[in-house]
Amino acid sequence: MKKSAIALAFAASLSLVGSAFANNLVVNGSTTVLPIAQSAAEKFMESNPEVSITVSGGGSGNGIKAIIDGTTDIANASRFIKTSEVKAAVEKGSYPVPFAVAMDALLPVVHPSNPVKDLSIEQLCKIYKGEITNWKELGGDDAKIAVVGRDTSSGTYEVWDEKVMKKERVTPRALVVASNGAMVQTVAKNKLAVGYIGVGYVNDTIKTLSVQGIEGNVKTVLDGEFPISRYLYMFTQGWPEGNALKFINFVLSDAGQEIVGKTGYVPLR
Amino acid sequence: MNEKTPGAVITAIASVSLVIMVFLLYFLLQEGLPALREVSIRELILGFDWYPTEEPPALGMAPLIVGSLSVTALSALIAIPLSIAIAVFLSEVAPTWVQEVLKPALELLGFLPSIVLGFLGMVVLAPWLQESFDLLSGLNLLNASVLMGAMIIPIVASLAEESFQAVPRELRDASFALGATRWETIRKVVFPAALPGLLSASLLGIMRALGETMVVLMAAGGAALVPVSIFDPVRPLTSAIAAEMGETPVGSTHYHALFFAGLILLAMTLGINLISMWIEKKGKERWMA
Repeated sequence: MKKSAIALAFAASLSLVGSAFANNLVVNGSTTVLPIAQSAAEKFMESNPEVSITVSGGGSGNGIKAIIDGTTDIANASRFIKTSEVKAAVEKGSYPVPFAVAMDALLPVVHPSNPVKDLSIEQLCKIYKGEITNWKELGGDDAKIAVVGRDTSSGTYEVWDEKVMKKERVTPRALVVASNGAMVQTVAKNKLAVGYIGVGYVNDTIKTLSVQGIEGNVKTVLDGEFPISRYLYMFTQGWPEGNALKFINFVLSDAGQEIVGKTGYVPLR
Repeated sequence: MNEKTPGAVITAIASVSLVIMVFLLYFLLQEGLPALREVSIRELILGFDWYPTEEPPALGMAPLIVGSLSVTALSALIAIPLSIAIAVFLSEVAPTWVQEVLKPALELLGFLPSIVLGFLGMVVLAPWLQESFDLLSGLNLLNASVLMGAMIIPIVASLAEESFQAVPRELRDASFALGATRWETIRKVVFPAALPGLLSASLLGIMRALGETMVVLMAAGGAALVPVSIFDPVRPLTSAIAAEMGETPVGSTHYHALFFAGLILLAMTLGINLISMWIEKKGKERWMA
């Protein structure tokens, strides 16, 4: 009697845990992908009210670590999985599967009155390192360059660091602004400024530059021609099943890709 | 309800706020001190390179500390003399009707949200500074200090005015009776008597400036640089914490270092607080004597 009661209670609690697991989806990782995941989760929960999705940031590294440890269902990452992480996953017997969900591109921007139209990656790198300090050296007017960058912790800076700086240090003299919006404000008000913004933030108060002769737009980014761009990923634990599968499918659907476009990134099609 | 109840309620509420303060301090210590496990305190406070996301991170906060101190000092330099001049005018010179209009107006100015000031700095003051002084950028130490000055003037001026008002009428009358002019009375009688109050008003303004975040985040330029001129951009501790905390992984060295920056700020304001308490005590002693 006593035994069966305990067994019953155990079974009941197990089924409770089971159902909580079934309808709860944990999404963790990159703050760059966070806006996409957040709006997608809101839309997803509207049409699937029985599912509750918890979205949090914490960085790509933390997200992938959580996938390996099995503490999250989906990990957002603004970079691909590293060799060391694959090794850790194999040792723990887990199998992270990547899904590319969007592309991210950064466009160099200047004041509309600036005659410079195009810069190479090497020129951009030298400007940010503080080696090129006058617009004259770049075919512009004889005027100093006001370098404007982003906080080193931001995802935007990460791309810039990887694709343009190639891990070289940005000069400490560079102005630092806290958001894409502040970058647009700053560059629009400063004739000497050069900065960079995500494709979603372009407007006509600033002028975008082409890089190595390639205009940055949805087409060149998707073609892989535009050099300052990258894929954004969501990783699942093994091949996704249940809610994880439904959520990934939603992000990759037309509705999901529309959200990608609205949050300032490049949809995959 | 017996007579003890109100007293007990007040004591309970007061101790809750005290407990919250202790809890906050504990939290700050718990999250801040682990930074010392990975970086030496010498490197944190005296290091000049702030590249927190590199591998391994460079976490030298000297430029941030100097940034905080320089913005605070320059804004105090701008605001305190002006505030005291306004207070003297309001309390000693202005006719009553001017007083009645100006005092509330000044206090109202104190309610101006700092983000509005920051926005003004970004959109109006920065382009103007750049044009007039032919600078690389108008987002710099001077810009932030001017805005911060505008922010603390209402606080310092209205407190200073109150300490002028607190000087007993008899002192002024005695001075006039001895044949002193109004200016002599202000300079030699009222001002010295109000001095402790003026000092603690100024320190309160300085503390406000030290802790202010939004204005410096928007207008100071954000470069982690030790400024050599008032036109150099700076990155005070507060703006570094605000800009970076959201993006850094929880539990990383960078995360703990940002909490440590909070501890440094707390130590600075605590220092100013102690000085202000000491001044107040000295002032009281003088009145008693």
